Amino acid sequence: MNFLSELREGLLIAWDSLRANKLRSALTTLGIVIGIVTVTLMGTALAGLNAAFIKSISAIGTDVLFVAPWAWFSDEPWWKTRNRRPILLADARALIRQATFARATSIDVNRLATVRYRDRSASGVLVNGTTEGGVEVGGLVLKEGRFLSAAEVDGGRPVCVVGADLAASFFPFESPLGKKVRIEGSNLEIVGVLEKRGKFLGMQSLDNQVLVPVTKLVSDLIAYRPPVMVRIKVRDLKELDEAREEIRGIMRKIRRLAPGEPDDFAINEQGAFIKTFERMNTVLAGAGLFITSLSLFVGGIGIMNIMFVTVAERTREIGIRKAIGAKRRAILTQFLIEAAMICLLGGLIGLAIAYPITLVMDRFMPAVLSASLVGIALLVSVATGVIAGFLPAWRASKMNPVDALRAE
Amino acid sequence: MPLIRLQDIWRSYQMAAETVHALRGVSLSIERGEYVAIMGPSGSGKSTMMNLLGCLDTPTSGTYELNGTDVSHMDDNELAEIRNREIGFVFQTFNLLARATALRNVELPMVYAGVTADERREKAMAALTAVGLADRVDHQPNELSGGQRQRVAVARALVNTPSILLADEPTGNLDSKTGVEILALFDQLASRGNTIIVVTHEEKVALHARRVVRILDGNIASDERVNRP
Ligand SMILES: Nc1ncnc2c1ncn2[C@@H]1O[C@H](COP(=O)(O)OP(=O)(O)O)[C@@H](O)[C@H]1O
Ligand SMILES: [Mg+2]
Repeated sequence: MNFLSELREGLLIAWDSLRANKLRSALTTLGIVIGIVTVTLMGTALAGLNAAFIKSISAIGTDVLFVAPWAWFSDEPWWKTRNRRPILLADARALIRQATFARATSIDVNRLATVRYRDRSASGVLVNGTTEGGVEVGGLVLKEGRFLSAAEVDGGRPVCVVGADLAASFFPFESPLGKKVRIEGSNLEIVGVLEKRGKFLGMQSLDNQVLVPVTKLVSDLIAYRPPVMVRIKVRDLKELDEAREEIRGIMRKIRRLAPGEPDDFAINEQGAFIKTFERMNTVLAGAGLFITSLSLFVGGIGIMNIMFVTVAERTREIGIRKAIGAKRRAILTQFLIEAAMICLLGGLIGLAIAYPITLVMDRFMPAVLSASLVGIALLVSVATGVIAGFLPAWRASKMNPVDALRAE
Repeated sequence: MPLIRLQDIWRSYQMAAETVHALRGVSLSIERGEYVAIMGPSGSGKSTMMNLLGCLDTPTSGTYELNGTDVSHMDDNELAEIRNREIGFVFQTFNLLARATALRNVELPMVYAGVTADERREKAMAALTAVGLADRVDHQPNELSGGQRQRVAVARALVNTPSILLADEPTGNLDSKTGVEILALFDQLASRGNTIIVVTHEEKVALHARRVVRILDGNIASDERVNRP
């Protein structure tokens, strides 16, 4: 009813006024444009990072403990920890025998090596020496064939399982099963192919790897006795703390640490990753929020300024409208709409600038300008307009009609 | 019951050093259908009077009853509603919105009255036709002559069928020929029963009215009815 017709009138007037002052309106929106560009780019980047992280993290699972000489994230100085003894295969076996909270375990050694098949070769391939439990601990899914068996691991048999990308590039037209690839002088028969699973934190592709019995890797692919890492998937996520304590006790015994001596090994877990990631995320979001609010603030001041000018220029018009029967609310609405419209324009320009940039970003990281982010950006710009326009609009609505009509 | 009843109206302006009394105890009644000219020299209080009559301003003391309602203590929003419903203004400087067409200018009072778009358009067209501007509805004020602009203003003033048509020096910015045309339009409106109050300092303009109220130093000096054929 009444308010709707005022609203329509407000939109109409605002549009007329924007068109009459094109250049001025465009310049005024600059701060808003910058603010919206930042907010959308930051939002897109954060969402992209999150998506990449969650995808990577889910590939490993949060219920797996990684026993190794060194912690992934540590505050201890490097010179205190550099002389730690490696964990050997026998130690790892002893640990696994005694760990009662484990649902599945694996002993792992990683290498980068060159893989060959006939005249094809791939260098820098991740060769993961593991045990039969590696399939469950790592949450691997097989597309073809089977995983390494306990007997093959015990016997150090020359077999392997290959990642999806490697299989596709070596055997585009035939099944890889039964084929023999050559790694560092050994011929390994392919017994299984993994499903595709994507990159880990955008770095090492898990699809470009070869899994071999850890015993095979240790016995003849690596000349010396290499340190290993033990992965233990707990039965129940709730028992993670108990499991960690148990492992700690077992490891101290295996490594013959006297009471009071500090641990010379570390039990790592996903949580550490997540914490670090969240810290980074918070910093990024904070920086983004700061830049955004700063530019929106500056933009808002600009809008407020220009709206004061507009109100002053149009004092006569305000007087006419009031004389004819416009109530305070109608005048207030009119100028609020005008301020909001300028800012909305700025928001749209900002989005038009940000969109192609997100397309470029998408080449380096998953970055998609989401509908909700677009909605937020537009909402934020309108809100900036309403807040910044309020004081000028309020002043306009309070004008005395007699004085306003006399203005020139 | 008179349409307008002013009782002992004072309007004072508080200046830095002194208080200026623009109106000093004015009492006046105007009946429905009257055509009244308010005259007086510059600074006598005509504009102050016109602002009060038009509900653009409220008196410092005294009461103003319009259509039986006391409007002397109303707030901004209530006055806006009264102006919208009861008063049609015609100003010396036309006071049309520069960027709006004649049609939109005339529609404006109805926008604030909440009239639907279709009805607005229809009534605005009718009002512009009544003042002889049916062929100028899409023109902006700067594409119209002074006389045409004042006709648009008259159409706008009348479109909400107000109780009073209030004109402040309506011919002040027009050449004498167009001024006569506007006054003829007023005569026509008065003969159809509209209540018209014209504030002017020109005797020529006052000659058209049937009652002349003269103001001097914020008081009514004389109030006489003119009988004309
Ligand atoms: N807003 C105002 N502030 C102070 N004095 C005013 C104001 N408006 C009018 N006056 C004074 O009131 C008196 C009457 O003014 P006005 O009503 O404008 O007379 P007129 O329209 O007859 O020339 C004048 O002395 C004028 O200076
Ligand atoms: Mg005056």
